[in-house]
Amino acid sequence: MGIRVSNLIKRFGDFVAVDNVSLTVGRGELVAFVGPSGSGKSTILRIIAGLESADSGSVYFNGEPADHLHASARGVGFVFQHYALFRHMTVAANVAFGLRVQGVARPERERRVGDLLDLMGLQGLGQRYPSQLSGGQRQRVALARALAPQPKVLLLDEPFGAVDAKVREELRHWLRKLHDEVRVTSIFVTHDQEEAFSVADRVMVIQRGRLEQSGRPDEILDTPATEFVARFIGEANVYETTVHEGCAAVGRLRVAAAGLAEATAVSLVIRFYDLKFWRDDEGIATVVRMTTLGDRVKVEALIDGGVRIFSQFPRRSSLLHGMESGCRIHIVPTLTRFYPRGAGGGSVPAADPAQTPEKARPILEYPANSTAF
Amino acid sequence: MARLEGARSLSPGQCAVVLTVCAYIGLVLVLPIVALVSRAVAQGPAPLLAAAGDPAARGGLVLTLVLAAIAVLANGIAGVVGALVMVRQRFLARRVLDALVDMPLAVSPVMTGLAFLLVFGRGGWLEPALGLLHLKVTFAFPGLVLATLFVTFPFTLREVAYVLAELGTDEEQAAVTLGASAWQTFWLITLPNIRFGLGNGIVLTLARALGEFGAVLVIGGAISGKTQTATIFIYNAVEERQEPAAYAMALVLAFASIALLVVIEWLKRRRSAEN
Amino acid sequence: MSSIAAPGTQGHGLALRAGILAYVGALILIPLSALLFRGLEGGLAGLREAVTESTAWQAVLLTLWTAAIMAVVNALFGTLTAWALVRYRFPGRGMISALVDLPFAVPTLVTGVMLVTLLGPQSVLGGWLAAQRMQVAFAPPSIVLALLFVTLPFVVRAVEPVLMEQDPAEEEAARTLGAGTWTVFLRVLLPPMMPAILSGTIRSFARALGEFGSIVVVSGNIPYRTLTAPIYIFGEIESGQPARAAAVSVVLLAAALALNLGARGIERITGARHGQA
Repeated sequence: MGIRVSNLIKRFGDFVAVDNVSLTVGRGELVAFVGPSGSGKSTILRIIAGLESADSGSVYFNGEPADHLHASARGVGFVFQHYALFRHMTVAANVAFGLRVQGVARPERERRVGDLLDLMGLQGLGQRYPSQLSGGQRQRVALARALAPQPKVLLLDEPFGAVDAKVREELRHWLRKLHDEVRVTSIFVTHDQEEAFSVADRVMVIQRGRLEQSGRPDEILDTPATEFVARFIGEANVYETTVHEGCAAVGRLRVAAAGLAEATAVSLVIRFYDLKFWRDDEGIATVVRMTTLGDRVKVEALIDGGVRIFSQFPRRSSLLHGMESGCRIHIVPTLTRFYPRGAGGGSVPAADPAQTPEKARPILEYPANSTAF
Repeated sequence: MARLEGARSLSPGQCAVVLTVCAYIGLVLVLPIVALVSRAVAQGPAPLLAAAGDPAARGGLVLTLVLAAIAVLANGIAGVVGALVMVRQRFLARRVLDALVDMPLAVSPVMTGLAFLLVFGRGGWLEPALGLLHLKVTFAFPGLVLATLFVTFPFTLREVAYVLAELGTDEEQAAVTLGASAWQTFWLITLPNIRFGLGNGIVLTLARALGEFGAVLVIGGAISGKTQTATIFIYNAVEERQEPAAYAMALVLAFASIALLVVIEWLKRRRSAEN
Repeated sequence: MSSIAAPGTQGHGLALRAGILAYVGALILIPLSALLFRGLEGGLAGLREAVTESTAWQAVLLTLWTAAIMAVVNALFGTLTAWALVRYRFPGRGMISALVDLPFAVPTLVTGVMLVTLLGPQSVLGGWLAAQRMQVAFAPPSIVLALLFVTLPFVVRAVEPVLMEQDPAEEEAARTLGAGTWTVFLRVLLPPMMPAILSGTIRSFARALGEFGSIVVVSGNIPYRTLTAPIYIFGEIESGQPARAAAVSVVLLAAALALNLGARGIERITGARHGQA
């Protein structure tokens, strides 16, 4: 069942939580709402579920208006951040609840519950109580419970927020696997963009009650529509500067700003992984610190002129060859984005990669047996 | 969590504190109970049996129990409804309601009786209406019911409200999304979750109803056979110098309260065990 | 946090609200209004006159000073009891903790009867006291004892949670900074306890103002000596003077309400400070 939301507005007192939001979720899609805390994403979700009512605007399920329907009549499955399992019921009773309310007969109920518990890897836990389960198990029970009455729509509100990192990854796999099997239209809300990207078909970035951008993960990464999206998704260096003679200056680093008028005030956004550093004794910056983060290395450098810049490389990248704290490096951005400052609006086409007025440097020669990054 | 000093490691100063506390509790609480029990026991089983046979005594106990049952039922329901309304809803009169709920705890029992007298008694506000309906409230059973309902009102409401506030609404929202109606949500989800608060409230209501004296005395008039509750029976017995009967009935009520106390403590244990 | 919106629940919620408002209005508001109206018939002057009438005045004074003595004793021993129950482990601790709740379960009249059997002229203790020329039964000390029994839980249960929340790390920090036992007690432990002791004591005082059942059998109800204000009110009702009874009631009730409001205010402020509320 497809979901359409049109011109939704919701206020809490003076605070505008949802500011004229319109969006569509296709049938069978798995969409993520991603944004910082307080951005209104949960509120939109709850309005779709019928747990909150909008001040104006409408929600449509399969083209039919749903605003008049009570939350219990919308056929929506909802998974809460803190599980909201019925603490005094067993796992099986929890999962069966929706069926019981629908009046499904006992044998059929038990069969469906059994199937769902198997699907979610909870075999044998049917008679346990929620307090006896781990966080990951509880959330899987919550998923099973929401799916038992075969909802037309599945909504998840920060479903993995209350568990620790390892379990979170596992649960993401479950969700994706579940979606592939059951194919129910789903929306899940998260503030973790990595999570959104790894699970969803489409991502909607929401900030301050507004939809900033909607698209596939690679679209959002490569063509962020607003400065907020560019900053929020992935780690980025952001510089507020002015275009001068066709370039934006970041300390001694000059970044080509083709097509921008002289003296335009811009925010320049360069993702950490859209930069190349390499050791160069005549370079324009000095390495301050190198931090190993598992499979990546984050390099912090100080560009001559006192501007900090961060970049990140796979751990075995040959660019790191010979790089150490205190050494001089050269910097080449591979992808940059400019946003007019103040308006927070659309972006200006990206500058050509790797063009600087200084001599263009060729890529380092790799030692014969190094691994390419 | 406060650090505990074990019994072995108590310093002399701390021992002194413990002993003082024990002496205080012993003097103020235990000694009076012991005095009553030993006096009642000393006078032998005869007065107790006589009291058991005395229709006035039996009537008094039955009346008290009936009033207590009514209080538990009516204020149990009102308590749950009131708690739901006060915790889950926002409306203008909420502050007023909050203040009114606490009132019975601040009002002296004799004032309660007086207040009802002023409404239903001679020269009272509703006296003409009662006359029309041929209803008697003062010096009759209905008056006792009203007085008992008044004094026992806050207990269940407060206990359930406390639990409701702590519980939050997540589970109820989940139930709604799964298709449960308002009644199903209440019956299957809310009620089981508040059962300890409700239990506590009911026990406190019972204890208060059993022990009600001043208000029922004033509104009821202590008419033997009609408005003489167990406590009033004791009072009358004392006034008429029928000490043995008074002590026997007092003993019965004392044991009932100790039984209720045991239930209160048991509920406390169950509740913390479940947490 | 808004109640679950959407059509449907509105109906139920409103019906429940109306129901409880009607119930409370009929059961509590109307009788208390009647009391208020009758008591204020003579205006404030009438109130003053009713309260300052000699028997009434003596009764009020007696109520006040017996309650005051009880409050002081309760504050001290209640705090001590809470302290021992929370911080020490000793045999009988569980029993004492349970006993503290007893006054909430025992009928006040039965309390009075217990005290009569303990202190009355026919009892062992009573006889002994009389021999020592110490009047307890049918004298003010019996009133104080009755009040102590009835209000015992108030201070204890108010102070206990505060002590339980106390972080031992604070004491340890104070000690590492060189503070001795008394200093630790006075500077670290006592200050957070004070509001609780205060509010518990105030509530017990307010409760004592209206106490009837336990005093009426044991004090002898001798006017000017052991006749407390609630018993005076009772007397006025019995002798057909509801207006005077109502007037004195209004004064006492106002005092009790003001005290309870004060206690609640203290609890709110300290609760808010601890990040609850």
